[in-house]
Amino acid sequence: MIGIVNYKAGNSHSVMNACGKIGIECKYISAKKDFADISAIILPGVGSARATMDSLEELNIIPELEKCVLKKKVPFLGICVGMQILFEHSEEDDIDCLGWIKGNVVKFNNTKVRVPQIGWNKLSWKRDDTFIKGLNANEYFYFVNSYYVKPANDDDLLAVANYDGEFCAMIKHDNIYASQCHIEKSGPVGLTVLKNFCEEAVKNVSK
Amino acid sequence: MLANRLIACFDVINGMVTKANKFQNNIDIEKAEIVAKRVYDMQIDEIIFYDIKASAEKRPIDLKLVETVGKEVFVPFTVGGGIRNLTDMYNVLKAGAEKISVDSMAVRNPDIIAEGAKAFGTQCIVLSMQVKKVEKTTKIPSGYEIAIDGARVFTGMDALEWAKRAAGLGAGEIVVNSIDNDGTHQGYDLLITSMIADNVSIPVIASGGAGKMEHLYDVFTKTQASAGIISSMLYSTKIEKNFTVKEIKEYLQEMNVNIRPYIH
Repeated sequence: MIGIVNYKAGNSHSVMNACGKIGIECKYISAKKDFADISAIILPGVGSARATMDSLEELNIIPELEKCVLKKKVPFLGICVGMQILFEHSEEDDIDCLGWIKGNVVKFNNTKVRVPQIGWNKLSWKRDDTFIKGLNANEYFYFVNSYYVKPANDDDLLAVANYDGEFCAMIKHDNIYASQCHIEKSGPVGLTVLKNFCEEAVKNVSK
Repeated sequence: MLANRLIACFDVINGMVTKANKFQNNIDIEKAEIVAKRVYDMQIDEIIFYDIKASAEKRPIDLKLVETVGKEVFVPFTVGGGIRNLTDMYNVLKAGAEKISVDSMAVRNPDIIAEGAKAFGTQCIVLSMQVKKVEKTTKIPSGYEIAIDGARVFTGMDALEWAKRAAGLGAGEIVVNSIDNDGTHQGYDLLITSMIADNVSIPVIASGGAGKMEHLYDVFTKTQASAGIISSMLYSTKIEKNFTVKEIKEYLQEMNVNIRPYIH
């Protein structure tokens, strides 16, 4: 069973729809008790870093998330702002985030490009991974973001794209995957990635 | 690099897609979720729905429709019409939409843009504006006036000023819909599209008038628009020839316009 974190600022519904489309069994998680039978966690995201952090704090599930992801190494996928808050600090509202991964969240340069970035951008893979199994060398994914992550460690980079310069589009760090692009809204290629993540996670549990 | 977008936009009344010619004589076409699924399968980049009577009838948006479409469509979709406050916005996002379009309501209460941007992020808030070419005056220096309520009520507001103000308030995108060109299939109004795109740093979506593939080439090469709305081109029965998304994308690619390629 895949758990989708359902919080006020998120678009958990869209992720649930996408999982439904590819036939993945999933449920919403929004309290400590919901984590019991979960084999992987997806943290969707739209909106601001502060609103996301506030909602998660309001639900009081950050300790349980950290126990699962950091201690039990449950496969985890963060999307958009659900990726950004995994890092140490965000320029957006100048707030401290979860700090699971070293690095910061910075804004696109709006004197060079239109901000927010809205639309389909081409990804380049930095390495091979089961997460992107079955995809071509360059695929277009849908982005909606004003901010992006700068991982301290280049080894965390899974995919990059170009906007005001090269920026991080996807990361893999230990059991944590994260995507700046909305894989739940990137058509068939996005659904492929989501399926890869879920299938791999379920495989790990049955091992 | 970021690709230019093709957006299918549907005016919906009672769950049926309609196509308005200059905002009048709406004709029912088909159930909205069926049309949405079809254009998704055609590889459209994005979808916008306007529940066009919601605002005039002062009722909330059709959330059931948003939910149904969300189960079939895995590209972004924006919903507009009848958005009055943060609760309406929240409900639309929860029902599965990515973005909220505000139009008449934002003119009446511009703070809704700032409130929505603060609560859900600027990228969630799309300002849609209906613009009509008028004589240039000191009050309307751009020569384009904003209309509301299905383009029936003229506000005396300057389109360019309103665009700049909305961007400052926190709108994430602006749809510039030309009342004059809407439904004519004669091409976008490049002048106002350009004027607004050159003066705001957020993405601008050209709307109203696309009838031929060349119109998209024009808007992407002669203006700084990030996206073009194509509605009639795809499904209107009033147009000489309908196009598939594939045809349009392959044409634009051939013309060296940066676009998300059609996948065979």
